[in-house]
Amino acid sequence: MQPIRKYLSSVWQALFGDPVRAFGVVSLILLLALAIAPAKEHFSQWHSYQRKYLGLIRDRGDAISLRRRFEPGIHQIWLPELGVVDRCTTCHLGLKEASLSDVTQQPFRKHPVVPHSLDAFGCVICHGGQGQATTVVEAHHSERAGEEPILPTRYIESGCGQCHQNSLPGTPQLNLGRTMLSRYGCVHCHAVTRPDGSKVAATDHPPSLVHIADKTTREWLFSWLKDPQAYAASTTMPNFKLSDADASDISAYLVNSSSPKAGDTAADAKPAANADPAAGPSLYGESFCASCHSVQNAAGNLVGGDLGPELTRIGNKAKPEWLAAWLQNPRVYDSTTPMPHYRFAPQQIATLVAFLQTKSDSDYGSGVHLDAATPQQIAHGRKLIVELGCAACHEINGVQKPENFAPDLSAIGSKPLAQIVFLPGMEHSLPTYIAAKIRQPRAFGSSVKMPQFTLSAAQTDALTTALLALTARGRSMPDNLRVAAVPETNYQPAGPAGKLITELACFSCHRFNGRGGEMAPDLSWEGSSVQRQWLTNFLHNPNTLRPSLIRRMPRFNLSDSDNKELTDYILTVYQSPAIDADLVPAATNSADVVEHGRQLFYSKYACQSCHIIDTKTDKGYIGPTLTQVGSRLTAGWLYAWLKNPQALRPSTTEPNQNLSDEDAHALTAFLMSLKGSGGQGAKR
Amino acid sequence: MNTRLSAQTKFRVLAALAILPLTMLLCCKHSALPNAALKATAQGTALVESSGGHQVGATGTTLTDPLVVQVNDDQGTAVPGALVEFHGPSGVSFDPAAVLTDSSGQATTAVTLGTIAGRYQLSAMTPGKGKSVTLDTLEIALGYEQRVGSILADKYCSRCHDPESSPVRVSNYDNLEVKPHAFSEGNTLNKISDADLTSIILHGGPALNRSALMPPYGNTLSAPDIKAIIAYIRALSDPPYQPPGTVYARQ
Ligand code: HEC
Repeated sequence: MQPIRKYLSSVWQALFGDPVRAFGVVSLILLLALAIAPAKEHFSQWHSYQRKYLGLIRDRGDAISLRRRFEPGIHQIWLPELGVVDRCTTCHLGLKEASLSDVTQQPFRKHPVVPHSLDAFGCVICHGGQGQATTVVEAHHSERAGEEPILPTRYIESGCGQCHQNSLPGTPQLNLGRTMLSRYGCVHCHAVTRPDGSKVAATDHPPSLVHIADKTTREWLFSWLKDPQAYAASTTMPNFKLSDADASDISAYLVNSSSPKAGDTAADAKPAANADPAAGPSLYGESFCASCHSVQNAAGNLVGGDLGPELTRIGNKAKPEWLAAWLQNPRVYDSTTPMPHYRFAPQQIATLVAFLQTKSDSDYGSGVHLDAATPQQIAHGRKLIVELGCAACHEINGVQKPENFAPDLSAIGSKPLAQIVFLPGMEHSLPTYIAAKIRQPRAFGSSVKMPQFTLSAAQTDALTTALLALTARGRSMPDNLRVAAVPETNYQPAGPAGKLITELACFSCHRFNGRGGEMAPDLSWEGSSVQRQWLTNFLHNPNTLRPSLIRRMPRFNLSDSDNKELTDYILTVYQSPAIDADLVPAATNSADVVEHGRQLFYSKYACQSCHIIDTKTDKGYIGPTLTQVGSRLTAGWLYAWLKNPQALRPSTTEPNQNLSDEDAHALTAFLMSLKGSGGQGAKR
Repeated sequence: MNTRLSAQTKFRVLAALAILPLTMLLCCKHSALPNAALKATAQGTALVESSGGHQVGATGTTLTDPLVVQVNDDQGTAVPGALVEFHGPSGVSFDPAAVLTDSSGQATTAVTLGTIAGRYQLSAMTPGKGKSVTLDTLEIALGYEQRVGSILADKYCSRCHDPESSPVRVSNYDNLEVKPHAFSEGNTLNKISDADLTSIILHGGPALNRSALMPPYGNTLSAPDIKAIIAYIRALSDPPYQPPGTVYARQ
């Protein structure tokens, strides 16, 4: 003890023994203490990046101007409205430097061109991560409570979706994901509310099972429940991984609870014995069933549309007497079906039923033999239906539609990592979790009820992107920063024509006044566009204007009075105020004007690159054939269209050629002179 | 804040020192893993590309079609059970990165592009008799602007400019008296400046004394749209497009 004390006091003496020396020592200590902060800064990570950046730009041609724009120290983008405090630009120094486009070394790359400026939106809005952090690890990889690691580039479009509730041309992945939330029926179980309070609605139309026994057998239901994709590869119905016993019990309950309905089944009129065996396929073709229904071809590829169910094995499923009734009038069985009510004659129905019966697979469900179910088994089937939430999608007798069956996903994109139970070995990040959950829900435990969907990798990525876009920031930002989704209107045409439009399910493919499908043209202004005689003929026998289209307008076999009802309604109601119905009366068009129009068509504007007027010489295949456009369209519509096609159909690809009034007039006169029959009008 | 940080830094240095040998061990184990698990039962002498090369995708995403290569022997017969490894520049990943060829001699992998837009030179490698055989192929990653360009070009331009038809799109190329160039034809398009490309798209063929079969898009597409289409044309170009302008490096 003694020597130490002695030593210490000698040190004290040496340092502070004399006042001047003491002052010197104290100042030195003070100086060192003051130097800690700058030294720390000097040795910090961002400072070393700034030094590296200066080294990088030193040898470049525009070093002087780059140097002038470089600001040392910590940079910050502060946007209180968006909750952005981003210091990323402290190290990412070349983001705005156009001349650094050849630099690939991070963190100095130039930012790729995007529609928004860095200063107005900051970085984390799109990229995630910790904006306030000033080290790479904290900024990019933080997993601390309330923080999020940086978003992988493959999901980058989710950033756009926080503000843009509408669909953007530049975000195909986000758009697909959003469509899928509706199309795959996710929102039947999971509520998704947009920031403006509107709910995402399902578009998959799961069938009601109230009269299911009229339609199919318990054996088919069993096989379907076991593996829906084995019946139809394209179905969106997920696989619940049921045991044989469970599938048997559920099918027993469904068949047992099903109530028969008058008109659901019809006598299966057999086609006449001498019927042409090719009649089935050709009637199926003429009716353009393939516009909505697909069938697997020999090569295993699906051919046809996806609006209705796949029909590859429909013969295994549907009872012929149900099929006949359905084809007679599908709205008897399902009043909201997207399927049109074709006016088939009994013989046609018999032909189609016979044809559809051949679409079957003798192996499918061949090993299924179910014993009659006991009351206990039926009760167990009902219990399973309640537990699995079948009624969230399907109407089922004796089972209530459950409310909020699965977790609300309206803010899933901000789910804190601390609330997530990750699987062993899984990367701790929200995108990884969401994607894994979509890919294989049951991997998260045997008690998880969410079924197994059949999705491609691209579809999983798209869904993940759409879910990641549902963030707390998206909900809390001021309304004026948000771009609202364009909601479907609930437009409903009135009167007997309105009833016809519903029966023919025109809305399934066409849009009218903001409601309807996108497969076929928007008809909101059709009345200004077409001539009466043409419309009448077309509704009787829709011959296509575009022979290259696979999906086409079917023939509904309308009666003359129904046809007139529809024609009158379309011509009077679906009028555009922008079209002058009296424009360019045909009589005032002299032959000279028509001839001038013809020359404009062929030489100045070279319209033949896309349109055919004379089937002998013209080959253009992009736009509709115009051989008889003068008998089809009105002059007022043609003129307005030529002046500005996008004003009438915003998505049309016909370029706006900025025509003078005179040229548009001459072209209209020429086109109106094309009355049909092999393009006589085009000939000299 | 300060004290926490410095404590953390210290801890990190120590941890890094401790972890270094560990990670080295793990890494060795990792890289050894695939090959150890995959016992090649055969060897080939040639590699050919079956499909999946020259695709175009968005940065950071998995390409739509997998990359498929085939291992053949001297006679050109497919060799099943041969090992194929896939390699690419940093940022590209393969799932799986090494695989044995299937019964038809093919090895299939899903390719995820890097986060930088541009061309990615990929290679497949199979250990042949004596020396290994490699096959090079290329994929193109599009950034945001280029992808907007690709969407616009698909909608407005491809029907004429792409001679290939697909089930959903019948090409109009054969119907045109004057033939346009496919956007990947670098030999021609690389020689046209951005300004000239812009003016032919804005004003149509006659702007450059060419055919009026090329329509004007100046009143249909916006200036950023046209810039995006040009960015896309440049990204597709084969041979690659070299932008003119200053040479930045002094030496
Ligand atoms: C109706 C068919 C058609 C459409 C649609 C079309 N082009 Fe063209 N394009 C042509 C033809 C024909 C030429 C050749 C003109 C010539 O060489 O005289 C051409 C030439 C060009 C050229 C000059 C280089 C070359 O290929 O000879 C560019 C660039 C071009 N088009 C860009 C576009 C863009 C961008 C679009 C879409 C916005 C587009 N084109 C849409 C027909 C079309």
